[in-house]
Amino acid sequence: MSLLKIENLSATVGGKKVLNGLSLTLNAGEVHAIMGPNGSGKSTLSYVLAGRPGYEITGGSVLFEGRDLTTLAPEERARAGLFLGFQYPVEIPGVNNVYLLKAAVNARRKALGLPEVDAYEFLQLVRGKMKLMQMDESFLSRGVNEGFSGGEKKRNEILQMLVIEPKLAVLDETDSGLDIDALKVVAKGVNTLRSADRGVLLITHYQRLLDHVVPDQVHVLARGRIAKSGDKSLALELEKRGYDWVLEVA
Amino acid sequence: MSTEPKAIDELLGRSYRHGFVTDIDSDTLPPGLDEDVVRFISRKKKEPEFLTSWRLKAYRHWLTMKEPHWAKLRVNPIDYQAISYFSAPKPKADAPKSLDEVDPKLLETYAKLGVPLHERARLAGVAVDAVFDSVSVATTFKERLAEAGVIFCSFSDAVQNHPALIERYLGTVVPITDNFFASLNSAVFSDGSFVYVPPGVRCPMELSTYFRINAAKTGQFERTLIIAAPGSHVSYLEGCTAPMRDENQLHAAVVELVAEDDAQIKYSTVQNWYPGDEKGVGGIYNFVTKRGECRGRNSKISWTQVETGSAITWKYPSCVLKGENSVGEFYSVATANNYQQADTGTKMIHIGANTKSTIVSKGISAGHGQNSYRGLVKILPSAHGARNFTQCDSLLMGGNCGAHTFPYIETRNPSATVEHEASTSKISEDQLFYCLQRGVDEEDAVNMIVSGFCKTVLKELPMEFAVEAQNLLAVSLEGAVG
Repeated sequence: MSLLKIENLSATVGGKKVLNGLSLTLNAGEVHAIMGPNGSGKSTLSYVLAGRPGYEITGGSVLFEGRDLTTLAPEERARAGLFLGFQYPVEIPGVNNVYLLKAAVNARRKALGLPEVDAYEFLQLVRGKMKLMQMDESFLSRGVNEGFSGGEKKRNEILQMLVIEPKLAVLDETDSGLDIDALKVVAKGVNTLRSADRGVLLITHYQRLLDHVVPDQVHVLARGRIAKSGDKSLALELEKRGYDWVLEVA
Repeated sequence: MSTEPKAIDELLGRSYRHGFVTDIDSDTLPPGLDEDVVRFISRKKKEPEFLTSWRLKAYRHWLTMKEPHWAKLRVNPIDYQAISYFSAPKPKADAPKSLDEVDPKLLETYAKLGVPLHERARLAGVAVDAVFDSVSVATTFKERLAEAGVIFCSFSDAVQNHPALIERYLGTVVPITDNFFASLNSAVFSDGSFVYVPPGVRCPMELSTYFRINAAKTGQFERTLIIAAPGSHVSYLEGCTAPMRDENQLHAAVVELVAEDDAQIKYSTVQNWYPGDEKGVGGIYNFVTKRGECRGRNSKISWTQVETGSAITWKYPSCVLKGENSVGEFYSVATANNYQQADTGTKMIHIGANTKSTIVSKGISAGHGQNSYRGLVKILPSAHGARNFTQCDSLLMGGNCGAHTFPYIETRNPSATVEHEASTSKISEDQLFYCLQRGVDEEDAVNMIVSGFCKTVLKELPMEFAVEAQNLLAVSLEGAVG
């Protein structure tokens, strides 16, 4: 059984058709990259998967570990193991980073019938992951993304991903706006999560992230569907030739 | 007064004819207000003459005043002759016999607030005669306070036992002519709290009406007076943190604080009177005058309030900064959900040199709620080097509510510094979805976002109160989103 199986998916946003017959299969242990020109539906795909209100599915199916994802509320999808790394993480003033992290982990544990995490052990765990992400400890007590730089916000997304340990991480342009050192740190985080029972869907504009996180497959999204798929060499080709040749073929 | 006994006897006789019952514990005056009623209350409470004439003076002044309508509030007309001004606790026969007879919705709220079971019974007004733990707790408190020389008792007791202090301080911060509701309160106040902290004493515990059992059922016209003698410190917590089962009625309290040289008073309120139902029917009109005077040098008065209840809230806990280097603070969270209206804020009157004030106001509007911040910062010519910092933030939940800010600043000394920051924001879909995507359910997400918004105020509350206040915010905003 695949981790994620999207078949012939169509979706509208504000009445406008954005996804148009998209199909994609991602197995556990795989990392797929999704590339494509602006407006091709990349972010829409991530929101549709996460169940954002206003993104309406008009056709097709999405199975997550064989379960129909589309009938689940956003928080149920999250608890089932779906994580979305946001392109523009929102600020929530006054709410401690560590508080949200703990609420997230406990919500998932509750859904699994597990007791709440031990506060001390949890803090140790988070500290370990922060070290990996080269984040200062002061981030723990700061408000969620409050006053963070663009790069800090992206690192914080990856930190959350590492602590929550989802089965499938959908990362929406987590690499954009990062300098090369931050990019490496983020890539290290993603590689840490990689394992035989997890999957990652990397949405990106640039091939440079794929130098550090080597994908099993690369897809080009155009006009709301997968126009072309290949291995990592496809990303290099796109870097050289742009998207036009793919669009012509599509 | 010596010529009056006959008149009072006549009055008593007349009241009796109006269906007045002699049983002192369960009597209620028929509705209506005149000088006889004022005299009756004073007499009933065995007050000294100075207080009777003080009440009468207030009453006569009140007659010349008009109800204020400058606040941004829609108030149904109040018929002052339809209110009963002396009402002893409800007869036990009318009260529920056990928790089984109490509205389950109310009990659910108590459970959410984490109120202990025996307290729930007491708060719901269950007529059980069992002696709760709190009685012994109260006794312990009394002993420790007496050792420190702190006086903490009901206002009525203070009138009997410390009349000199009452005569010296009462009405010196909020005079009987102050405003319509304060004058009315001065004429007819029922009971309240009295605190006196002697020179140099740091009150050994947080004082709270919660522990002063006899204050739990005081009437609609409370009077509180707190005096901090030179070099003393006191922290006072006011308010029942559970909803009261009250009908649409007027609650007009007056609180006066006096801080002498180097004294500090911290006054925290969690107000959760009945707000009316989802359609805006019923609920308390909470028209309260609270003022503190920093009379001495280096004194400090700090107000912290979390206002979640009442159909209408109209209150401006204020500081008169007379003493040099004195400090006034006001930290407020006010919520208005369903059809609640809040017009609240503060006044900081800078008189002394180098006086300093801080105002942090967080207004939350939801449903059809209307929330206004109204604040005055006044710097008099004598207040050299005075400083004020004001921050007003509003949070809107849904599209039918409103947030309004009315800051008034009057500076008459060029050396003063006044800063004002204001913001209005909505609980955004983005914030909510972000939390949902992390697996947090909607109710918890809203609570989290609201608590974050109020954090700078909630952290001013004493620890154990902060948790209750946070729960209360959650309860009062239930169903506000989605």
